[in-house]
Amino acid sequence: MPVRVQDAVFDAGAELNAFTGAVAGAGAVVSFTGIVRDVDGGLRDMLIEHYPGMTEKAITGIVAEARVRWDLADALVIHRFGQLAPGAAIMMVATAAPHRAAAFAAADFLMDYLKSRAPFWKKEVTAEGADWVAAKAADEDALDRWS
Amino acid sequence: MDVLYFAWVRERIGLPRERVETQAATVKDLVTELRAREARYDAAFADTTALRVALDQVLADFDAPLAGVREVAFFPPMTGG
Repeated sequence: MPVRVQDAVFDAGAELNAFTGAVAGAGAVVSFTGIVRDVDGGLRDMLIEHYPGMTEKAITGIVAEARVRWDLADALVIHRFGQLAPGAAIMMVATAAPHRAAAFAAADFLMDYLKSRAPFWKKEVTAEGADWVAAKAADEDALDRWS
Repeated sequence: MDVLYFAWVRERIGLPRERVETQAATVKDLVTELRAREARYDAAFADTTALRVALDQVLADFDAPLAGVREVAFFPPMTGG
């Protein structure tokens, strides 16, 4: 159940291959990679702040909850912090399960909870200045799907 | 106790963490004490519905008691993923 919070760049493809190669007893692996999106073409950087200590605890708790809800062979979460360029991978999740339904559902659940319950804050830097990204009500509402 | 601030709360108050000596019984009481200090605290805590709080690195409510708590953190709603 690896959870990694890092400022270093990671290679999502290599991470997925390593995860898939190491997992035993899985018939399905699902992965999601979140990348820095430049909506208006003006984004210079994304700055991601986090709460060292709580971040790792919160993600580990979310992964543990996923493993209670679904029959998973393994799960991986990598989330970056610091300064990220447009197009860079921010984070990835991968889930492995005997069957695909559990792998898809668990990855979806992990993403919903990472968005609103892992202590990260994004700031977008453009030529005009820097602004904190506001949390969306839809992201909070998405958690209701799992209650 | 240690009081930590993140994201725009940190920017508005002007520091990432500080040591606070307090007898506040709940988070709400601590917020009242902090707001009374200076305008920058008053501004940062003006609307607590826009804030989240964690006690010893676990999300909590503003009504939560502070007895035994070592670390309180205030921050805006999280934007991970």
